[in-house]
Amino acid sequence: MSRRKKRVATVSLAGCFGCHMSLLDMDERILDLLEDVEFDRSPLTDFKQFTRRCDIGLVEGGCCNEENVHTLQEFRNHCDVLVAVGQCAIMGGLPVMRNAIMHSDDPLRECLDEAYASSPRVYNPSNQIPNDPALPLLLDKVYTCVDVVKIDYQIPGCPPSGDVLYAALSALIHDRPPELDHASIRYD
Amino acid sequence: MTVEKPKTRIVEIEPLTRVEGHGKVTIHLDDDHNVVEARLHIVEFRGFERFIVGRLLWEVPVIVQRLCGICPVSHHLAAAKAMDAIVGADALPPTAEKMRRLMHYGQIMQSNVLHFFHLSSPDLLFGFDAPAKKRNLFGVIREHPELAKRGVLLRKYGQEVIQYTAGKKIHGTGAVPGGINKNLPLHERDALLRDIERMTAWARDAVEIAKNYTVENLSQVSRFANFKSNHLSLVREDGALDLYHGNLRAIDAGGNVIFDQLEYTRFNDYIMEEVRPWSYMKFPFIKSRGNLDGWYRVGPLSRMNNASFIDTPLADKEHRELRALTAGKPNHMSLAYHWARMIEVLHCVEKIHELLLDTDLQGTELRASGSRREEGIGVIEAPRGSLFHHYKVDEHDQVTYCNLIVSTTHNNSGLNRAVTDVARKYLSGKKRITEGLLNHVEVAVRAYDPCLSCATHALGQMPLVVELHDAEGRLLHRNGQYVDQATLGRDA
Ligand code: SF4
Repeated sequence: MSRRKKRVATVSLAGCFGCHMSLLDMDERILDLLEDVEFDRSPLTDFKQFTRRCDIGLVEGGCCNEENVHTLQEFRNHCDVLVAVGQCAIMGGLPVMRNAIMHSDDPLRECLDEAYASSPRVYNPSNQIPNDPALPLLLDKVYTCVDVVKIDYQIPGCPPSGDVLYAALSALIHDRPPELDHASIRYD
Repeated sequence: MTVEKPKTRIVEIEPLTRVEGHGKVTIHLDDDHNVVEARLHIVEFRGFERFIVGRLLWEVPVIVQRLCGICPVSHHLAAAKAMDAIVGADALPPTAEKMRRLMHYGQIMQSNVLHFFHLSSPDLLFGFDAPAKKRNLFGVIREHPELAKRGVLLRKYGQEVIQYTAGKKIHGTGAVPGGINKNLPLHERDALLRDIERMTAWARDAVEIAKNYTVENLSQVSRFANFKSNHLSLVREDGALDLYHGNLRAIDAGGNVIFDQLEYTRFNDYIMEEVRPWSYMKFPFIKSRGNLDGWYRVGPLSRMNNASFIDTPLADKEHRELRALTAGKPNHMSLAYHWARMIEVLHCVEKIHELLLDTDLQGTELRASGSRREEGIGVIEAPRGSLFHHYKVDEHDQVTYCNLIVSTTHNNSGLNRAVTDVARKYLSGKKRITEGLLNHVEVAVRAYDPCLSCATHALGQMPLVVELHDAEGRLLHRNGQYVDQATLGRDA
């Protein structure tokens, strides 16, 4: 009997989707990869929840709202190996720049005004702000993945290139260390 | 007398999949299972417009693309165009302008291909209610390996064009205020030329697939989220399709001009954004038509509706065919976006070919500058539609103001119309709502290829009562901040 395929799940939390795009930059190698891998919960499939326990979880982005935290915890609970992919997952990335304005005296007011206050450009006669049960609650600041759950591996880069992701994923699938030259691992 | 509010049941589709970014749809049903309304919610925010303040002008084109890894080049270039205005570079050296165009055509090519082959083709090939298990790229790879491989290789080509012009496939650095930081050496040009014929042939096939899908399923296509709206896009001075630069044209549902050849630097006089409480994404509209009737759509289909012609022969022929389907009147069918998107891929491949043969790309004059301004606006046709960047920069090179209206925001009203239309037609009155039925709603969302990633740049706010626990279950943080709605606004 052939070996069971490894099950991989992926998710984009507070990221820009660039890491997922980079995953697709494996190009035709993804066709070979599918010999050994099947994708479970992922924005690339229509599995919105885990259908089974997964071997590998790839996480893009950190946490900026309660839903991100919840999803990340679910990934931890359902994946044997959890990998933080890219700067946002590892260090917060661009979204974390919002933490810096939190040093202002009244940051929320400032941000609100910037985005939604009525002005010659913004039509908001009742000055309402988006506030609906369908919108998840925001966290006071953006958290990285390791702030919230245990992370097994980190793949740096913004985004890590398709080559790096391919090497890392193949290594994980075959339980061996990745073959990567030093120059391809970078923080940018 | 108290009137009892009718109960509504809410069905959620969450998270949306095979779209880029984070969003969800809620469908509101009454007691008789009729759809009252359906809404697309943008559930995430970044705060970009606020936290970019204080950054240096040269950083902006590099930072801003991190809003969106799906079409980073569009943000990169729109910001660079705005910064051109600020550094006074009114005309770029030909090498710079052409390198940027090359980058942009590569981008639209890869993004449109990605959307069609990787994200939407499963719906079109297997049916909207095919089993979820096979309704994805991997299903396509299994059952239509040749087609899937072409999609993968077409996208790869677009990504390589970006790599050679921007230095990196995702989040590169090619464009700088006033120009570009590299030209195209001959060996890179030759590497790209090697495959161009094959790409042209495949792009033609892709148009064929999308066209046949539309024509063969016309009864469904003309029923499925086909609704009247205005359309907005850039066009060239002679009315031709131009994805990199031009003036704004808006037409109404009957094809009459609302405004034409409007310099995009004046967009603030013509367009306004409305805030609604249930989404972080605002709702833009054309001021002269008001917030109820002034909403419009953007993107490939709007561009096809707006363009008088296309300046590359193969795409022009396809454009005429698409226009003929609705006898030259605007085409409002959401599913026809796919066809329009593939015509643009063909146009981009033709443009890339044309540019690769242009020796200006090996020129060495890469940057221009002039007298400094305080304000700059850059507009570009991104894969998903018009993208507006507006900045002010002070004498220390620091950004003091930023406003972005991204393509998906322009399409916000259209997207909501589309989900409501499809939910009403396919879900109303059904006691049991199956996964396959719900996927119909997502198919409507996908037609617009919404990039929910970019759409989340605006910083919203919610009452915060949030607890965060760490891996060991310790309470990391509890926040009970609450901002009263009444305190919003500078003059409140
Ligand atoms: S690490 Fe970079 S590419 Fe990945 S999600 Fe964050 S900004 Fe996007």
